[in-house]
Amino acid sequence: MRELKILGVVIFFTLVVYIGVEPFAHSQMHPHVAPANFNFQEESIDYATEEVKKAEEKLDEAKSNNKNVEIAENQLKADKKLLDSTTTFWNEIAKIDLSKGDATKGAETFMNAGCVGCHGIKSQGMPSPMDDATASASFGVVPPDLSTAGKLYDGTFLAALIKDPVKALKVEHKFSETKPHPMPQFFGLGGDMNQELADIVAYLKSIAPKTLKDEEVFENACQRCHDIKYAKRFSNTEKGALANYMGSTPPDLSMMIRSKGKDYLQTFINNPQKQLHGTAMPRVGLTKESQEQVINFLEDTGDRKKEERESLGMKVVGFMIIFTILAYLWKVKIWREVH
Amino acid sequence: MAEIRKAEGIGDWFDQRLATKKLTKVLMTEYWIPKNINFLWAMGVVLVVLFTILIISGIFLLMYYKPDVKLAFDSVNYTIMQEVEYGWLWRHMHGVAASAIFLVIYIHMFTGIYYGSYKKGREMIWLTGMALFGMFSAEAFSGYMLPWGQMSYWAAQVITNLFGGIPVIGDALVIWIRGDFAVADPTLTRFFMLHVLLLPLVIIVLIVVHFYSLRIPHVNNQESEDIDFDKESDKYLAGNKKESKVVPFWPVFLSKDFFVSGAFLVFYFYLTFYHFDFAMDPINFEPANPMKTPAHIYPEWYFLWSYEVLRGFFFDVGPMAAMDIGLAAFGFANVIFMVFPFLDRDPNVAPAHRRPKFKIWFWLLLIDMIVLTVYGKLPPMGINTYIGFVAAVSFILLFVALPFITKCDAKHTGGVK
Ligand code: HEC
Ligand code: HEC
Ligand code: HEM
Repeated sequence: MRELKILGVVIFFTLVVYIGVEPFAHSQMHPHVAPANFNFQEESIDYATEEVKKAEEKLDEAKSNNKNVEIAENQLKADKKLLDSTTTFWNEIAKIDLSKGDATKGAETFMNAGCVGCHGIKSQGMPSPMDDATASASFGVVPPDLSTAGKLYDGTFLAALIKDPVKALKVEHKFSETKPHPMPQFFGLGGDMNQELADIVAYLKSIAPKTLKDEEVFENACQRCHDIKYAKRFSNTEKGALANYMGSTPPDLSMMIRSKGKDYLQTFINNPQKQLHGTAMPRVGLTKESQEQVINFLEDTGDRKKEERESLGMKVVGFMIIFTILAYLWKVKIWREVH
Repeated sequence: MAEIRKAEGIGDWFDQRLATKKLTKVLMTEYWIPKNINFLWAMGVVLVVLFTILIISGIFLLMYYKPDVKLAFDSVNYTIMQEVEYGWLWRHMHGVAASAIFLVIYIHMFTGIYYGSYKKGREMIWLTGMALFGMFSAEAFSGYMLPWGQMSYWAAQVITNLFGGIPVIGDALVIWIRGDFAVADPTLTRFFMLHVLLLPLVIIVLIVVHFYSLRIPHVNNQESEDIDFDKESDKYLAGNKKESKVVPFWPVFLSKDFFVSGAFLVFYFYLTFYHFDFAMDPINFEPANPMKTPAHIYPEWYFLWSYEVLRGFFFDVGPMAAMDIGLAAFGFANVIFMVFPFLDRDPNVAPAHRRPKFKIWFWLLLIDMIVLTVYGKLPPMGINTYIGFVAAVSFILLFVALPFITKCDAKHTGGVK
C-alpha cells in the first residue's frame, strides 16, 4: 500500500514536469493558428481580418505603454488596406463561374495569353521555352511545367493566380509596382475576362492527368524551389539566382516531417504566412488531396521507418510486459521465504 | 602459492585460480541489504540497466556516425535512421534512454535526500553520486551536439559562451574549449571524443567507486533504522530468514529489482517507439545553421532548472551585470548539491516525515525545482521573467536556510531516533 502511495507521488510529479515542459511550454512558444482551409477566398479574407485584429491589439498595447504608437498605427493602416484589397480581389474572383469554362476555347486563350512564353506543357508536346539556366537568370526561379497544374491546384485559386499572382500567392509584402512579380498579371484578351479565366482553368484541368503519384506532386509543386536530397531530388533552379529571388535559399525538405510535424505542415503549406509571417515562400494553392500527397511524400522521405517502428514497438512492449509479469511471480516466490 | 589440485569441474577450476566462490559471496549472496525498503531502492539498478542500454546502443551508432560537420547530420538522419537495418531503433533507444536516465537520477537523488542517505558514513556515496551526476550532464551535453542539428549547434554556442563570464581567463577559456573562435568542426570532433571515450570511462570508474562506497555503511532503509548487519546476517544464514532484518543482494534484493526494472522498461520502450519527441527535440532534425538563430533556444529538460537559475537574474544590481549575477547563481546551483551532506547539520539519520522543518524544506525544494524547470523552457517574457526570478532566488535561499533548519530540527527532536 505504502509503495503504491509513493509510486503515486513519483508519477504525479513526473507528470507535472512533463506537462509543463512539453504540451504547456510548446503551446506558449507556438501560438495556436486556425486549421488549414482549402477555400482560398475564405482563407485569404479570414487571415487578413485576423491580421487587422492583431494590429488593433498591438496598437492598444502601444497606446497604454505610450511606446511606438506611430509604428503600430501605420501597421494597422497597412493591414486594413490589405484587408480591403484582399476582400475586393476575392469578391471579383467569386464572380467567375468556373462551371461555364470551355476547355477548347481555353486552349486558344491560353496560347494567346502568353503563358507559353515562360511555361512549358510537356504533355502537350510543348517543352519549356528556356533552359533552366536562362529561366533562373530571367525570373529567379524556373517557371513550372503546367502539365499537371489543373490537378495540383484548386480551380478558383488558379483563376486568381492568373488574374493576379501576387495576391493569389500572398506575397504582397515582397512585390510592388516598382518590383513586379516575374509572372505578369493577365488583363484579358478583350472579351469577357471572367469567361476567359474560366476557359483557361477548364483547359488546364482538361489536360491534367487524373491521378498523380505523391512524388510527382512534390516535383511539380515544390521542386522548383526546394531540394529533398534524401529522396535524391534537386531543384532545377540555379541556387544563386533562387537565393537572390527569395532572399534566402529555401531549405532542404528531407527531414521536415520530423522537424516540423504534420500539423504544422498542414497549416504552413496551406498558407505559409500564418505560421511564418512575412516569409518569402508563396502560398502555392494545393488542393486538399495534393497537399495530403505532398505530406505523405515528406513522411516517406523523412520518416521512412515509421511503420516498422510502430509494429516492432507492439512486440517489444508486449515482450517487456510478459517479462515483468514473470519477474513479479519470481519475486513473490523468493520473498515468501523471507517475509 | 596456492595449492592447485585436479579440478572437480569448470567452476572449481576457476575457483582455485580466481576464488570465484568467495567473490560471489562477497558481491552477491552475502552482500546484505535491509529488508525494509521500497521500490525507490531499485532505482540504482534501473540506472545500471539504462546505462547498459546506452552503451550497447551507442556502440551500434558509433559504427556509422561521422564526426565531421559536413557529414554528421546526414550520417545520423540518413545513414543510421534510414539505410542501416534497425539503425533508427538504436538511435531512438539511445536518445530516449539518455533522457530517461535523468528522470531516474533525479528520483534517485530525491530519494537519498528524503531518507537522509547521505550522512553518518554515507557521505562518499553521495559525493560519488554527485560526481556521476556531473559526468552524466557532460555526457548528455556532448552527445546532444553530435547530430549537428540546429539545437546541437545553438545550445553548444550558448553553453560554451557561459565560460566567457569567468573573470580574467574567460575569453581564452571559451576558445580553448571550442578549439576555434566559434563552435565549429574542431568543437564537434573533440566533443565526440569526450562523448564516446573519456566521459564513459570516467563514468564507469565512478560507478564502481559508487558501489564500493556502499559497502561499509550499507544502504539505508525506510525507517532509517541503524541495523547491526553482522547480527542480522548471522540470523539469516542460520535460517531465521523471516526474523532477520536483512536479505542478500542475490537473489532476494535483485528479484525485486528485476521486477521494478521490467516495469520501468515497459514505460521506457513505450516512449522509445511512440512518444520520443520530448527526448529527441524536433528542432534538432533541422541541420545546424550558424546564420539562422532558432526562435527559442533551450537545453534538454533535465538542465532547465539550472538554466533558469542562470536566466532568472535579468537585471543589473549596482555595478554587477545581470549576466554575471546569473552566472554566479548558476555556479552555485551546480556545486551546492555536492556539499549537501555538510549543509545538513542534523547528525541523525531519519526520513523527512520525521523531521518537522526539513519535511517542509524538502517539498519546497522539489516544487521550486519543478517551477524552475517549467519556466526554464518558457520564453522569458512578461510575468515569466518575474516568476523565474522569484524561483531562482528561492532556490538559493532554501540552501542558505538549510543548515539553520536542520540544526533547529536537531534541537527540537533532541536527535531523532
Ligand atoms: C513572364 C513569365 C510568365 C508568364 C507569362 C506566365 N508565368 Fe506562370 N509563372 C512564372 C514564374 C516565374 C512562376 C514561379 C513564381 C514563383 O514561384 O515565385 C510561375 C508560376 C506559375 C504557376 C504555379 C503557381 C503556384 O501556385 O505555385 C502556375 C500554375 C502558372 N504560373 C500558370 C501560368 C499561366 C496559366 C500563365 C498564363 C496566363 C502564366 N503562368 C504566365 C512566370 C510566368
Ligand atoms: C517559390 C519558391 C517556393 C516554393 C514553390 C515552395 N517553397 Fe517552401 N519555402 C520557400 C522559401 C524561400 C522558404 C524559406 C522560408 C523562410 O525561412 O522564411 C520555404 C520554406 C519551407 C518550409 C520550412 C518552413 C519553416 O517553418 O521553416 C517548408 C516545410 C516548405 N517550404 C515546404 C514547401 C512545400 C511542401 C512546397 C510545395 C508544396 C513548397 N515549400 C514550395 C520557397 C518555396
Ligand atoms: C548512472 C548513475 C548511477 C548509478 C548507476 C547508481 C547506482 C546506485 C546503486 C545500484 C545504488 C544502491 C541501491 C539503491 O539505493 O538504488 C545506489 C545508491 C545510492 N546512490 Fe546512486 N547511482 C547513480 C547515480 C547517483 C547520483 C547522481 C546520486 C546523487 C547524488 C546518487 C546517490 C546515491 C545514494 C545517496 C545512494 C544510497 C541510497 C541509500 O543508501 O538508501 N547516485 N546508487
